[in-house]
Amino acid sequence: MSTMLAIILTGVLVSSACALLGCFLVLRRMAMLADAISHAVLPGLVAGYFIANGPNILAGFLGAAAAGLITVLLVELLKNTRRIGGESAIGIVFPAMFALGTFLVSRYFTNVHLDADAVLYGNIEFVNFDRWFIGSTDMGPQALWVMGGLCVLNGLFVALFYKELKLATFDAGLAAALGFSPVLIHYALMGVVSVTTVGAFTAVGAILVVALMIVPAATAYLLTDRLPLMLGIAVLCGSLAAVLGFWVALALDASVAGSIAVMTGVLFGLALLWSPTHGLIAKQRRRARQRLHFARQTLLVHLLHHEAASNAAAENSVQHLSGELRWTPELARRVVETALRAGLIEQDAELLRLTAVGREQAQANLQTRALFTSAAVA
Amino acid sequence: MKLLLELFTDYTLRNVALGAALLGIVSGVLGCFAVLRRQGLLGDALSHAALPGICVAFVLTGSKAPLVLLAGAGLAGWVGTLLINRIVRDTRISEDSALGIVLSTFFGLGIVLLTWISKHNNANQAGLDRYLFGQAATLVASNVVTMAVLGGVALLVVLLLYKEFKLLTFDPAFAASLGFNTNRLSIGLTTLIVVAVVIGLQTVGVVLMAAMLIGPAVAARQWTNRLSMMIALAGLIGALAGVSGALISVSDHHLPTGPMIILSLTVLVLVSLFFAPARGLAWAWLRQRRQRRAMRAGRWQSKLKQGGQS
Repeated sequence: MSTMLAIILTGVLVSSACALLGCFLVLRRMAMLADAISHAVLPGLVAGYFIANGPNILAGFLGAAAAGLITVLLVELLKNTRRIGGESAIGIVFPAMFALGTFLVSRYFTNVHLDADAVLYGNIEFVNFDRWFIGSTDMGPQALWVMGGLCVLNGLFVALFYKELKLATFDAGLAAALGFSPVLIHYALMGVVSVTTVGAFTAVGAILVVALMIVPAATAYLLTDRLPLMLGIAVLCGSLAAVLGFWVALALDASVAGSIAVMTGVLFGLALLWSPTHGLIAKQRRRARQRLHFARQTLLVHLLHHEAASNAAAENSVQHLSGELRWTPELARRVVETALRAGLIEQDAELLRLTAVGREQAQANLQTRALFTSAAVA
Repeated sequence: MKLLLELFTDYTLRNVALGAALLGIVSGVLGCFAVLRRQGLLGDALSHAALPGICVAFVLTGSKAPLVLLAGAGLAGWVGTLLINRIVRDTRISEDSALGIVLSTFFGLGIVLLTWISKHNNANQAGLDRYLFGQAATLVASNVVTMAVLGGVALLVVLLLYKEFKLLTFDPAFAASLGFNTNRLSIGLTTLIVVAVVIGLQTVGVVLMAAMLIGPAVAARQWTNRLSMMIALAGLIGALAGVSGALISVSDHHLPTGPMIILSLTVLVLVSLFFAPARGLAWAWLRQRRQRRAMRAGRWQSKLKQGGQS
């Protein structure tokens, strides 16, 4: 397998594994807990190193995963004392864990290749050199197997406990009432997040794991209201970012993990601006449309109010509107134009008159207003 | 004792200790507002977001002068804050996700720039990545002066706007109804936090900065219910953690300063949590045990009887 293909495939597997779990983290508002877990990896690795008395993948893996869970546990403990807010608890625990890790490394392992840089950066570039052998058979890049395994594990976790996860995420109270323990689900999710973080950090580094967990999921959250679709879009976004990020890194000769994270950000930015339902531009448009709609209704009521009066000719002229209703001439022109097109009013030189349809709507508006006022008074 | 004497005579140690103390005071004071407004992790996101700013400042100016790099860091941190605010205000994405998004993508950009600079720029980039973990040991007198000036300005602003910030922290709706521009005040407060982060980058680095803001405030909160007292205590605790971390790291040359500061701070937080009068967990636990024992001894029955007779 070529080096390039190995890197891209690893990237896609890492981001898919992360994105699946990320959706639940984003929905449960626990994104920063993933950040905390990713920092706790360092002391866990050191502990694994201690226990195995040397570099041992399994010991490191278990140590780091345990450290992740301990972080979650400590955060919960601190939160439950009610002396500290949830976000402050996170902000105290993970720097302490990370500092502890750095301290242990510099105290006991100054000569060992276990520097904090590697934890933060990862080295997906060298994926193809670290191969897995069974006996003397070369099975291919080790990271590929690890991440493939994690992808399967996370996929199974989400598929098997889909109902429970969904229920506990959207209505923890109901979940508890129905006999599913939200606490158990919380720790199960956190356990899987820990294991995934540990597996992924060798490839993309601790902080970029956070990018892959949170950003594609948040992107998907802007694009859909349905959980299954959100999971799918998140995986797609993560994989796309992995592929794009690889090519950008190749072109710039820069860190692959870093540019994958940047690409997740770029995709998020696109969704933030142009999502048809939750994007900023769509929101702006919707607001403008509503403003115009409201202005049109105001115009109808205004015309109705003055149509029987003796000065109707003066009151109901186009020029008068901007003065009376404090509209800019531009807005007045657009309101009249759309109302004319909708057949709500008709224009006779400068004079505006309601059509039958327009009058009906104006009266309906007045009735609605009366309803609201009486409700407000009551 | 010898160590304490060196504190005043040894040039490096004096700089490191002074720098760490300054950072502790400034981040302690500003952290109080951040923690009380439940924005403790904002500092974490800002410090990570500052990394690409440092790199861009270096690429544009080619200078490694701390002031230039820190200006870039401040600007990037500020952009990050505005983005977080915008995402939280205009979409349904929750605040912690917004923090995570800005933190991780900005940091990714920073790493891309760092690696790009190291391969494409002829100038020696070594030293840029020291902002990742901080290298208090490399602080020189001019760095400390820069930190003192920046921190002094930030503290002065807090002093001048104390009343407004207090109001904003405890009752933003009331502040708005009094005619204060809460949006502008909020941005001002966040800008000051950016200044604290910028000061901390050189000393404790990107990763550990969150604790420098949150730790002193949380510890101080356990001892008092008054904001003014809490701020003073947080400054003190921050300074204490800074100096003791610096001393410990100097006593053994293998120990990095930043992590040692954070570990001392963690110890102070734990001591405060357990043993602060009134709020201390240890007292609460003792109280509970005493009551439970009283229950078991059956004394409550006699008390009930007495109550019934009288």
